[in-house]
Amino acid sequence: MYPGRFEYHAPATLDEALSTLDRLGDEAKVLAGGQSLIPLMKLRFAAPAALVDINRIEALDGLSEQEGELRIGALVRHKACERSELLRGRWGVLGDAAPQISDPIVRNMGTVGGSLAHADPQGDWGSALLAADARVVAVRSSGRREIALEDFFQGPFTTALEPDELITEVRVPDPGPKAAGTYLKLERKVGDFATVGVAVHVTFANGSVSRAGIALTAVGPRNLRATAAEQALAGVRLDDEAIREAARLAADAAEPRDDVRGSADYKRNVVRVFVERGLRTAALPEARGDVPRASAAPPGRPEATEEFAGEETAEGVMKEIREKEGE
Amino acid sequence: MATTEARGVGHSVKRKEDDRFIRGAGKYVEDINLPGMLHMAVLRSPFAHARIGSIDASAAEALPGVVAVVTGELLAQHELAWMPTLSGDTQAVLATDKVRMQGQEVACVVADSPYVAHDALELIDVDYEPLPAVTTPQAALEEGAPLIRDDKEGKTDNRIYHWEAGDKEATDRLFGEADRVVTLDTHYPRCHPAPLECCGCVADVNPATGKATIYMTSQAPHAHRTVFAMVAGLPEQNIQVISPDIGGGFGNKVPIYPGYVVAIAASLLLGRPVKWIEDRTGNLISTGFARDFHMRGELALREDGTMLALRVKMLSDQGYAYADAQPTKLKAGLFHIVTGSYDLPAAHVITDGAYTNKAPGGIAYRCSFRVTEASFMIERLVQNAAYELGLDPAELRRKNLIPSDRFPYTSATGFVYDSGEYERALDLALERAGYRELREEQARLREEGRLIGIGMASFTEAVGAGPSRHYDILGIKMFDSAELRVHPTGKAIVKLGVQTQGQGHETTFAQIVAEEIGIPPEDVTVQHGDTDNTPYGLGTYASRSTPTGGAATAMAARKVRDKARQIAAHLLEASPEDLEWERGRFHVKGSPEKAKTIQEIAFAAYTDHPEGMEAGLEAVNYYDPPNLTFPFGTYLVAVEIDRGTGEWNVRKLVAVDDCGVRINPMIVEGQIMGGLTEGFGMAAMELITFDEEGNCIGSNFMDYLLPTSWETPSFEIDQTVTPSPHHPLGAKGVGESATVGSPAAFVNAVIDALAHAGVRNIEMPLTSDKVWAALADAGLAE
Amino acid sequence: MSAPARTKTQEVTQAITVTVNGQQRSADVEPRRLLVHFLRETLGLTGTHVGCDTSSCGACTVLLDGTPIKSCTFLAVQADGRELTTVEGLLRDGELHPIQEGFKEEHGLQCGFCTPGMMLTASALLAETPDPSEEQIRWALSGNVCRCTGYQNIVKAVQWAAARLAEEGR
Repeated sequence: MYPGRFEYHAPATLDEALSTLDRLGDEAKVLAGGQSLIPLMKLRFAAPAALVDINRIEALDGLSEQEGELRIGALVRHKACERSELLRGRWGVLGDAAPQISDPIVRNMGTVGGSLAHADPQGDWGSALLAADARVVAVRSSGRREIALEDFFQGPFTTALEPDELITEVRVPDPGPKAAGTYLKLERKVGDFATVGVAVHVTFANGSVSRAGIALTAVGPRNLRATAAEQALAGVRLDDEAIREAARLAADAAEPRDDVRGSADYKRNVVRVFVERGLRTAALPEARGDVPRASAAPPGRPEATEEFAGEETAEGVMKEIREKEGE
Repeated sequence: MATTEARGVGHSVKRKEDDRFIRGAGKYVEDINLPGMLHMAVLRSPFAHARIGSIDASAAEALPGVVAVVTGELLAQHELAWMPTLSGDTQAVLATDKVRMQGQEVACVVADSPYVAHDALELIDVDYEPLPAVTTPQAALEEGAPLIRDDKEGKTDNRIYHWEAGDKEATDRLFGEADRVVTLDTHYPRCHPAPLECCGCVADVNPATGKATIYMTSQAPHAHRTVFAMVAGLPEQNIQVISPDIGGGFGNKVPIYPGYVVAIAASLLLGRPVKWIEDRTGNLISTGFARDFHMRGELALREDGTMLALRVKMLSDQGYAYADAQPTKLKAGLFHIVTGSYDLPAAHVITDGAYTNKAPGGIAYRCSFRVTEASFMIERLVQNAAYELGLDPAELRRKNLIPSDRFPYTSATGFVYDSGEYERALDLALERAGYRELREEQARLREEGRLIGIGMASFTEAVGAGPSRHYDILGIKMFDSAELRVHPTGKAIVKLGVQTQGQGHETTFAQIVAEEIGIPPEDVTVQHGDTDNTPYGLGTYASRSTPTGGAATAMAARKVRDKARQIAAHLLEASPEDLEWERGRFHVKGSPEKAKTIQEIAFAAYTDHPEGMEAGLEAVNYYDPPNLTFPFGTYLVAVEIDRGTGEWNVRKLVAVDDCGVRINPMIVEGQIMGGLTEGFGMAAMELITFDEEGNCIGSNFMDYLLPTSWETPSFEIDQTVTPSPHHPLGAKGVGESATVGSPAAFVNAVIDALAHAGVRNIEMPLTSDKVWAALADAGLAE
Repeated sequence: MSAPARTKTQEVTQAITVTVNGQQRSADVEPRRLLVHFLRETLGLTGTHVGCDTSSCGACTVLLDGTPIKSCTFLAVQADGRELTTVEGLLRDGELHPIQEGFKEEHGLQCGFCTPGMMLTASALLAETPDPSEEQIRWALSGNVCRCTGYQNIVKAVQWAAARLAEEGR
């Protein structure tokens, strides 16, 4: 409940931050949202000698589309993503992930950059951004580089970042005009880490899948891309059979472990179920950007007095697709 | 003299205590700061079972800002290393020879800031020699199991108690006649009351006056004062225990914890106030947990569903000390009420308790002295019996509910239920829920491949401990008390022996006074929690405040009214028998204009009282209840299960409660909704468990899961009112009804969705992975 | 046993100035001092509570420039130059804020421990979404744990406050 002592630095500019990191090396931890770091320090599981608070640096919190590419500043808070109109429709994988991270108060402080730098295999942004083929912009005094997220995550809580490097931005490539995606998360309650998370991000061309991104949370040593599943979808129509096959391959790619949240078999099955559900959602005409989707609402919560009818089920969605195809 | 309406019993008066809480002006123990105050932090054992070789606190003591480090060795010099529990056992204050649970208190640092105190904890070097840990009560009772309480002279095993109730012979005979026997083995897992405010105290032993003022999170301040006097050897008249505002109790704040004792000892030895507030990890890992009963129930029935007899065998995991806060004569609390709401001719209950290398406790978390465990057992058995016999679960219950004309009803294990209309509550629940339509919908949706389940529980509660011939805690009888004093200007103060932790006593007890003597509740101050200024009581837990303290308040108020009659007669120059009382005033029979209000009478009590009568207008009552009271009800829950993930959502929850006369319906419903949420938490996600080495999983809120506003369902609340025949107000108490009745309703609902495929049990908490495993086994998984 | 001679703890502190409930407050704090402790101990504003040690319960919620944050997961030094609202700052010209009234009217509190954080989160919700649905309310409050009420009356309290604010034309 009480952190140990540390030196505190609050640089006003990026240059100042970078030179501070140069000087302190791996004695320092960067403080962004603090929603992962400060709890660790309170329990004294982390005891850095110095904290470099980057929250006062300007121009790290932009969220915009430039040349078709999405640019998310490292200090963009989860809540800003939750509210952003930009992250709907073809960026739905991101807009659907944001509201499910942790709890609403944590989302006011937690940042996209901080989340990626923390590299918790149970972290949601990692999968959502992996599925969207994102890359990280990392800056140090001596230069700048872009790192594909697949290469960025190296293991649990381990990234390719050097101690003197800072993430300044995340860049997500243009998926084209017809794209859709979503994020499904199984958690025991709001605020818990994912038991299983699945990110799905599909681009379409001429009625077929041109590219699929499928990434998995909490079923491996880091956020995983289900590449075999993605490849199986490339160039095919997103029909029932293709969806089932991709889901099966994705489940095979998962590396879950038995733990308090469930057995490995259980989690593997949830991966399969979620990939199916996610792909079916992506297949819906509304999701494809043909019809703009309503702003991302929180996951459905059954009303106590409502009738059972009316909630979307997998069967219902498939029925809808088949009906549409029959038209 | 103008009077505002004296809204008494039955009114949903808005709470008087809210005014300070909504302003952030509540005063909880952690808010109390005294001049010169020091801060205490606790070093806890990482091992579940280990010998202590040595403790080196020299580096900690040398840290600037540290004033003292207290160890078991130091306490032992003052015979304070061990203390009595509320069950007549002993528990370590600070470990001396061994640690016997993970998280056990090993040393305490006292420093001038909590930050420094925690820095110092890291500098204490303890030499542990780990021993094999005993992590289940079954293993504890096996031949050759490691001996946990080797500190107890002559103790050679880990057995604590054996206790039986009921009639074995009659039960066996009826089992022999049965057409069917339905059996269920189930574990009511270890969970924790986890009030949002942790436990703590500010101990201020003043060296100049010798007075010990202890501000503490206490649900039973007087009893705690007496125990401190006995344990610390301080004269009782010099101890003042003050419970300020308490941020939730739920039974967590009934036991005496080592932190309190060390803080008092440290204050005594250092001559300065010492504040100890535990952190959440300390709270979950070391303070009084709840439940942890391993139960086997057998229900004998005829083919037509008539229940004949019940056998229950129970093994309790008590942790390393027997520290249940319960009436001393009852080793397993009120667990033997396990026949529940049913007219069972015979029952036999066998209970055993064992030590394990875990925190002590068991009676907590709105358990009503183990009625939670009992109710869960019978309601799960009855549900399964319905499936086995092919009968509707509601109809099986109806067939066997104790009929209304049988009250007062003596149960097979000796309880005398005061009153009940069980079938009426069941019918109201079924009607409110639209039960028939729900069953039709269940069948229709099953054909579409959707899994809906409808569960219920018809529970009987037993509260208001209790009559002095049966109920005592450490020998102190379980009466309760009230002292009512009316002031010259017609306002009043009532001082209570019970202790609210959010139940609204500052409003409801004022309403009782209003009911009895007609002074508006706004004009009645309720005082509690200060042992120097309130009459002796046993505190608030087990839903006892209304049955005992409420009764005492009514009785004290009636004494005041009797004296008021005498004064009114004097003022009206009439004889007392010629006066009639309508709430708030006496008038002469037949001449309503010749009247005196209670306010006028109060003034006269100090200015114009009859000759020969003492001045003043006050009374005290110590109430010894003639019996417990028996709230009851039926809860009905409908759920849908996601076949792909095993998650279940509550679609409908109807709660029908009968707690007799309701003093404040708004507050009663608040208690029920809170209890339903805690019951939901127990059924869905709350769990403290241990690995083979005795490491505790569930010692922080990342692992011990509490339902948020998002998971928690909505509730439809309804009631019947069947007064208690023996309570002065007809009221019964309600605080724990929902935690008693609802877990089985939730579990039964999930089972009901799968029962058609042969599923009969899933152990609590019903996390999605466990539900999915049952789905998969039954061929129902997506 | 007598207390040893008291030595000054070796703290390195930093001067901060924070606007709390409209008032500027300055102090010297260690960087490691959590905002919740600064509010409670240094400023004496004990309405903000500590309920856990894993940032899970929300009892410590305050508003930072109008946005709910967990003050136990924030350093006091981070608040330098910022504006904070605690429960003590909910009063408007000495009058109860509708959210406070709503909690009393609808029995949205029992022990009161979660209430300050709950009301602040709710007030921020209403500032942004003046007419929230039950679903939106439950979603917004899902970071504030309550053990006593079962949340249903809290939802009603927020709806009461929304109606009252609408009446006032805000």
